[in-house]
Amino acid sequence: MKQQQVKQQSVAVLTRIRKLLLGMGENDGIVFKLVVYLLLIGIGFIYLYPLLFMLVNSFMSLDDLVNSMVKWIPTSLYTENYEKALQVLNFRKTLMQTILVAGVPSIIQMVMTSVIGYGFARFDFPLKKLWFALMIATFIIPPSVTMIPTYLMFKDYHLLGTLKTYIYPAFLGQGLKSALFIMIFYQFFKKLPVVLEEAAQIDGAGYLKMFYRIAVPTAGPAFIIVFLFSFVWYWNESYLAALYFGNKLTILPLELQKFTDSFTKMFPQSGGQGNQINEAIKMAGTMLTIAPLLVVYFVLQRWFVEGVDRSGITGE
Amino acid sequence: MASIRIRMTNKRRKALVGTAFISPWIIGFFIFALRPMIYSLYLSFQKVKVTPLGIKTNYVGWDNYKYAFVSDTTFVEKVLHYLREMALNVPIIVTFSLIIALLINQKIKMRGIFRTIFFLPVIITSGPVINELLSQGVTNIPNIESYSMFEMVKQSLTPAVANPIMYLFKQIIMVLWFSGVQILIFLAGLQKVDHSLYEAARIDGASPWEAFWKLTLPMLMPLVLVNFIYTIVYISTFALNEIIVMIKDNMFNTTTGFGYATAIAWIYFVLIAIVLAIWSLLLRTRKS
Repeated sequence: MKQQQVKQQSVAVLTRIRKLLLGMGENDGIVFKLVVYLLLIGIGFIYLYPLLFMLVNSFMSLDDLVNSMVKWIPTSLYTENYEKALQVLNFRKTLMQTILVAGVPSIIQMVMTSVIGYGFARFDFPLKKLWFALMIATFIIPPSVTMIPTYLMFKDYHLLGTLKTYIYPAFLGQGLKSALFIMIFYQFFKKLPVVLEEAAQIDGAGYLKMFYRIAVPTAGPAFIIVFLFSFVWYWNESYLAALYFGNKLTILPLELQKFTDSFTKMFPQSGGQGNQINEAIKMAGTMLTIAPLLVVYFVLQRWFVEGVDRSGITGE
Repeated sequence: MASIRIRMTNKRRKALVGTAFISPWIIGFFIFALRPMIYSLYLSFQKVKVTPLGIKTNYVGWDNYKYAFVSDTTFVEKVLHYLREMALNVPIIVTFSLIIALLINQKIKMRGIFRTIFFLPVIITSGPVINELLSQGVTNIPNIESYSMFEMVKQSLTPAVANPIMYLFKQIIMVLWFSGVQILIFLAGLQKVDHSLYEAARIDGASPWEAFWKLTLPMLMPLVLVNFIYTIVYISTFALNEIIVMIKDNMFNTTTGFGYATAIAWIYFVLIAIVLAIWSLLLRTRKS
């Protein structure tokens, strides 16, 4: 009797432990949670490591850089690297131009690819498969091949040296990686229930109204990621920017490429050892180039979560 | 009869509206995309000399294409290497990014910070930072083979099993850096999954494992396809890819030149298209 009771008790305890560790129903167990956090922190660290490395180094004075004892914690918070980098990048002016160069095309691209994606997702029309295949073809063609012919074409159209080289293709669905964005919107709009559209049609809504009143609100997360990708990719596209804009417009990554040259022009060597360029100053420049992107993402990321709730309501 | 006519006109009207919606793309294709494509195709049949006065061309027929397969020993080798990488890396990257997206979509603490961290690869790999980092060697795990764990793997298994595992470990860092965009695409897709369905499934006694296979995955399947396409294109065309490097090197090479570079590029284009077709066919058959 007693033995059985003990056995029963131990079994109950065991199942409780098991429940706690491995989870039951809606609760995930501790073991599972631990594995998840370990995995996320581990991978997160790999992503964060280069950034941390740059951040720490950008605050190091020359003495700290040379000192092998100092690896992760600078002896003092040395901000002169940033002061110099801000000057070399001509930061305020370049930042404004970069926001313009990345912002305008990416907003246009987001709007137009959503319209095109909607057309592909919700309608049947002649040659649809051909257009779709050609769209994918423009995506997989190695960009290094079409770059020079495209440059010559823009020269013919007299568009070089202006932002039009970005805006016009973006408006006509041919911007940077537009095909990917069209595909993302295509898949999001494809899932939209037909019932919703039919109801709107009975209410007398036109197709355009149906698009922005019914389809657009359900695809919030798609709009956010498309804008983010587009913004980041236009922001970082130093190769095309140099090719198309010449010296008419500049962006932060381009200024970063010229960093060493600009630096030596701005701070001539004769000024003593403190005026020599070092890795820390360059890293400060790199941090300044990507910091605005992190800010933009952090702000939009909140919308990402809010967008969830809203689309949840319309989904019901 | 009347109803048929109405349906017909309705169908025709929808076709017209659909064409109107994608018409910006069609116009853009003819204005901006077609011309460079045709011009580069034309150049691939020419011997091209870039002189200060302009581009000089000389028709050579299929010579550039023949040269790639017959005379250029490195090209075929690089293509085979590329195909092997495509078969292995693409599914790994897509699976990995799906798992990460599922994890950061859960109700975890500091979700915003985790999401920001997992956006870093998108910013870093597309920009000036990656060059800075590559020159500093920050993105590699130094000398992975010196760890005893990998030595053990190597010795305890036959080469046929051990080599792919070793290869996998070496690729992990690369996989991590290549997955940023895909993670976000999946994450966006997961926002659209209806939560009431999960509750219904749980009440019916489905485990989270079953719910994933029966609910989440089918709903994400279209985005799996998008991510497959993106991953294939991204790995194939990013600037450090072996064949892309080869194309760039040949562009300004005086003996082979721009014509040969475009010829390789067009062969490569067909290759990518085939890889894409095979993967999307495989995905489609699995779905049905």
